[in-house]
Amino acid sequence: MSQVIASQPAPPVARRKSYGRYVGAKVLGALGSLVFVLVVNFFLFRVLPGDPARTLGRDRLKSPQDLANFRKEYGLDQSLPHQFLTYLQNTFTGHLGDSLRYRVPVSHLIEQRLWPTLLLVGTSTILAMLLGIWIGIVGAWNRGRTFDRTSTGITLTLYSMPEWWLGLLLIAVLGVGLGPLHGIFPTGQLHSSDVDVTSLKGVLDTAWHLVLPVTTLTLAYLAEYSLVMRSSLLDEIGEDYLTTARAKGLRDVYVRRRHAVRNALLPTTTVSALSFGFVVSGAITIETVFSIPGLGLLSQEALSTPDYWVLQGTFLVAAAGVILANLVVNLVYGLLDPRVRT
Amino acid sequence: MTATDSPPTAAPLSAAALTRRRRAASLRRNWALFRSHRSGLFGLTLLLLFVLLAVCAPLLVDPDGLDLTKATGTVLQHPTQKYWLGTDDSGRPILTLLIFGSRVSLFVGLFATLISMVIGTVVGLLSGFLEGWGARILFRITEWFLVLPFLPLALILATVLGRGLFNISLVIGITSWPATALLIRSQALSIRERPYLERARVLGAGRWHQITRHALPNVMPMVFANTTLTVAAAILTETTLSFLGLGDPTRVSWGSMLDSAFSVGAITTGAWWYIVPPGVCVVLVVLAFTLVGQALEDVFNPRLRER
Repeated sequence: MSQVIASQPAPPVARRKSYGRYVGAKVLGALGSLVFVLVVNFFLFRVLPGDPARTLGRDRLKSPQDLANFRKEYGLDQSLPHQFLTYLQNTFTGHLGDSLRYRVPVSHLIEQRLWPTLLLVGTSTILAMLLGIWIGIVGAWNRGRTFDRTSTGITLTLYSMPEWWLGLLLIAVLGVGLGPLHGIFPTGQLHSSDVDVTSLKGVLDTAWHLVLPVTTLTLAYLAEYSLVMRSSLLDEIGEDYLTTARAKGLRDVYVRRRHAVRNALLPTTTVSALSFGFVVSGAITIETVFSIPGLGLLSQEALSTPDYWVLQGTFLVAAAGVILANLVVNLVYGLLDPRVRT
Repeated sequence: MTATDSPPTAAPLSAAALTRRRRAASLRRNWALFRSHRSGLFGLTLLLLFVLLAVCAPLLVDPDGLDLTKATGTVLQHPTQKYWLGTDDSGRPILTLLIFGSRVSLFVGLFATLISMVIGTVVGLLSGFLEGWGARILFRITEWFLVLPFLPLALILATVLGRGLFNISLVIGITSWPATALLIRSQALSIRERPYLERARVLGAGRWHQITRHALPNVMPMVFANTTLTVAAAILTETTLSFLGLGDPTRVSWGSMLDSAFSVGAITTGAWWYIVPPGVCVVLVVLAFTLVGQALEDVFNPRLRER
């Protein structure tokens, strides 16, 4: 009798979705967010307080004729639903309007400016992740020791610092030079103006120019990773399975690497997914400070005109990028930890 | 039954007196816990110092120092006996600008946090207590706002709404509430399942009563701890927005000081007194709020206490 019961499959406690359904749900969620961003993007500029034509045109549109032309050109004389449909159609076909400042399509500008940003932000994020997680692990494992106390102090200070101010200081000390010492690194730009970026010399020159901005951004980003990694590893340290692992006679290194860190990495992944928005803001300010011609500098320059279509376009790209990065992290997370697929 | 707590000779205490006594006791307990955090105490001291500085600004330095037309120094003067921290690009003493700048930072930080907290708490509690579509929609909206890249959005809002202290606070408040809402929501969900709320429901408590009388007092400590951390983020954002030229043009803030320092080329001319002090102030204030916030989180969230 008991054997019969034992051979029957246990009733599922909580049915877990297959990975496919999990992916489906996450992709749908991301699409929902994207639609929301599109709607926000549309309404931010069209339901401005007052007359959009007046606000968007600022002082350049004096006569009623100018205003009417402006309204016609931007379709502002049509009904709101009609405008929204036109906007959707334009967005999906890559027509993001013309820059008021550069007099070229915004989509061209974005295409040109995307790569410097990706290079800068990508390198810094990877470096910050590696370095931050390492600091967090070592700090938590040696909790309360000198390394832990120093690193927590330094990361908290970095966390409290506007990243662009750190950039300014680095430029002043290492770029311009302090007193009798001369600066070593270039103070700005992506590469020297006289080199061919595709040649080896050009690549090295670009790398040399990127040392300071990448260092700044890495220092700015790593605080988040190391603080979260430290606290989630501390959560694991008291757990019973680590005592078991030690009781099995495993060396400390293995207990840490194979058991504790693996589990502690999961919450760190979630938090890092939420900080992509912060990554975008870092790009804006650091590109401004180091005058790197990326998307961040583009949107900063658009502020003074103000170049609405550029602002709108860069916002769209940034939001889509954050949503995409989030989706990727969520999918990887679902693969690593089946528990979240409920 | 109530007499078991108090000595038998004393008259039974009224409900209000009992509540008062319990609150005072828990306040004392929490303060003792907070005091055990050396970093939290350090943050609190620093914070009080800056608040004092902001409140007493006109007593400490002459407000005329802010006026461009009454500037007495020469352009970008080195620190001297008269100007302890040198002068800016229009001859105004940096120290005066710095002290008055603390007012802007603290005001925007606190006001933006107030906005963000009110939205976050209301949305969080509602999405925890509502059922069905209402909760789902609120949760989705929170998630959507959470992924909006917040500086580009703040740039757009600041351009559209115009520049001013109130607008800057509004922009920061609107873009920073979702994290609070998620935190409060998870708290509300766990509170909803506790026995005393089940009891309240059995006794016929409506949703409104449950939220305002039971859930809200329960999440308030968390809100409070989170508030302190949000102020830190809001002050950083204010500085960044001012640095990008979106601050209130009529007021001097630490961010706008750094903006002018950057645009007049203080870095290449080596005018460190124009760049270093405002940044140090930002770091100290933000660090103070962060340390206090972490200590408060520790006090109110027993699960974290072992750290």
